[in-house]
Amino acid sequence: MGRMRGIRALVAAVATCAGIAGALAQTQDESEREIERYRAMINDPMANPGYLAVDRGEVLWSQARGTKAVSLETCDLGEGPGKLEGAYAKLPRFFADADRVMDLEQRLLWCMEKIQGLDTADVIRRRFSGPGRASDMEDLVAFIANKSNGMRIAPQNSHPREREMTAMGEAMFYRRAGVMDFSCATCHAEPGKRIRLQGLPDFSAPGKQAQETMGSWPTYRVSQSALRTMQHRLWDCFRQQRWPEPAYASDGLTALQMFLNVQAAGGEITVPSIKR
Amino acid sequence: MVSFSSQLLRALALVACGTVLAVTPAVTQERPAADPARVDALISGMFQRVSPEWRARTELDPTQRTCTERRNQVSAAEADAVQARERASVVLPPDGNFLGDWRKGFQVANNGRGFQFSDPAGTVAGGNCYACHQMDPREVSYGTLGPSLAGYGRERNYDPELIREAYIKIFNAQAVVACSNMPRFGSSKVLTIDQIKDVLAYLFDRQSPVNRP
Ligand code: HEC
Ligand code: HEC
Repeated sequence: MGRMRGIRALVAAVATCAGIAGALAQTQDESEREIERYRAMINDPMANPGYLAVDRGEVLWSQARGTKAVSLETCDLGEGPGKLEGAYAKLPRFFADADRVMDLEQRLLWCMEKIQGLDTADVIRRRFSGPGRASDMEDLVAFIANKSNGMRIAPQNSHPREREMTAMGEAMFYRRAGVMDFSCATCHAEPGKRIRLQGLPDFSAPGKQAQETMGSWPTYRVSQSALRTMQHRLWDCFRQQRWPEPAYASDGLTALQMFLNVQAAGGEITVPSIKR
Repeated sequence: MVSFSSQLLRALALVACGTVLAVTPAVTQERPAADPARVDALISGMFQRVSPEWRARTELDPTQRTCTERRNQVSAAEADAVQARERASVVLPPDGNFLGDWRKGFQVANNGRGFQFSDPAGTVAGGNCYACHQMDPREVSYGTLGPSLAGYGRERNYDPELIREAYIKIFNAQAVVACSNMPRFGSSKVLTIDQIKDVLAYLFDRQSPVNRP
């Protein structure tokens, strides 16, 4: 109840803020100050609509579904069956049973198929939520990632396949292709750059920018009125890169996340966060 | 290159102490590079379901290959080879006239659409210059990946030789600077010759807001 009231207040605050921000966007400094103020206003977890996704994810996790009519509660996310605390901080990682390095989305799809006998085609169709269309994946990721709050990003590298994924993610980061010759590095390899007024985090060096970025996803995107996971962020960056649409939960996206997490090692996880 | 494992160890050690906030880059040993064939397979695996035309965009041409392998840090000899190859693809305006309509040029500079998988068929592509450059000094929403172009024509005294050079730059940025981060607008067929002439007028027309003092 309190949460709903908080969210209504947030929506009003966001509307007011958007108005203020629009009117005041005269200089870069001013708009950045506005965004800072706005962040402070909405940093209250009780007022972050992303927590509605966390709640829905919790229900989905324990709900019996699929042809086997069982829940996901025996799914092993790397820390042992059903163990959620700290699992997200160590993903993506190598899973011997699947013989693959998997991110959280890939692992959840695997558990849905193997444990629940669930039709993942439908789950994948609803991979990104929209008006009147919830996404099981966004909700589950919000719930599970939230169980690593306060923990540090700990990229895995003990298995050779994990090291290989990281190296492949790094190679992808610098790969220039498409009609505009863009790579991730075109936009994310120098500090303090921006596109129009949007600041671009620098992922070419390990440290604070990568840590703050990777520690803040999944996030509630105010502009999209939806909780989004890194799958959606990378999908949108491929679009801006003028590359083709990447397949959801494909290994290339996992490789990029491995590399980004290595750059972000030690960053604190605080999710779901809330962003523009 | 930075060492992956040493950084990780460092990060983990700091985590263990509970003091980590920033991991400082420690350069010691090389991180082993990925097998290029495995990277190609990984990337093609992401685009199994897209059309052949779209898939073709993920294949690297020789210049993209060099810039990728060198991470844009090319030797003088490599730079010469890239620039010569890219210069050969530049097509000058058939009528010998370099300047179009600066008002249409503003549209080209301001339009960020085109070639995105979300674009409907028939979308007119822009040059999206404002994403990376300051142009009209009164426009506050501009990016900083490229240098400021405010007052560009005025500062160059509207010199015809420099107009010609800027045309070549926009037609193919890498004919001038190998492995530039700027797209090769003409050679990649992102912009037509007429669009390039219009955006060039936006930079060089005396009436253009770019040249307002
Ligand atoms: C043409 C520009 C462009 C390219 C190419 C690009 N990005 Fe981005 N990226 C952006 C923009 C713009 C944002 C949004 C920044 C904001 O919202 O403030 C962004 C945001 C991100 C974020 C989230 C940042 C945050 O603070 O939450 C990540 C992670 C990211 N990009 C990774 C990548 C990766 C990996 C690639 C390559 C596959 C890539 N980007 C390619 C422009 C680009
Ligand atoms: C993705 C970023 C990006 C985009 C988009 C872009 N540029 Fe550039 N541009 C650069 C960078 C980086 C440089 C500096 C390096 C170089 O000279 O290649 C540059 C340099 C230039 C220069 C040379 C400046 C000088 O040194 O005299 C001109 C002129 C120019 N750009 C015009 C344009 C125009 C016109 C457009 C749009 C049609 C455009 N650019 C779009 C990144 C970009």
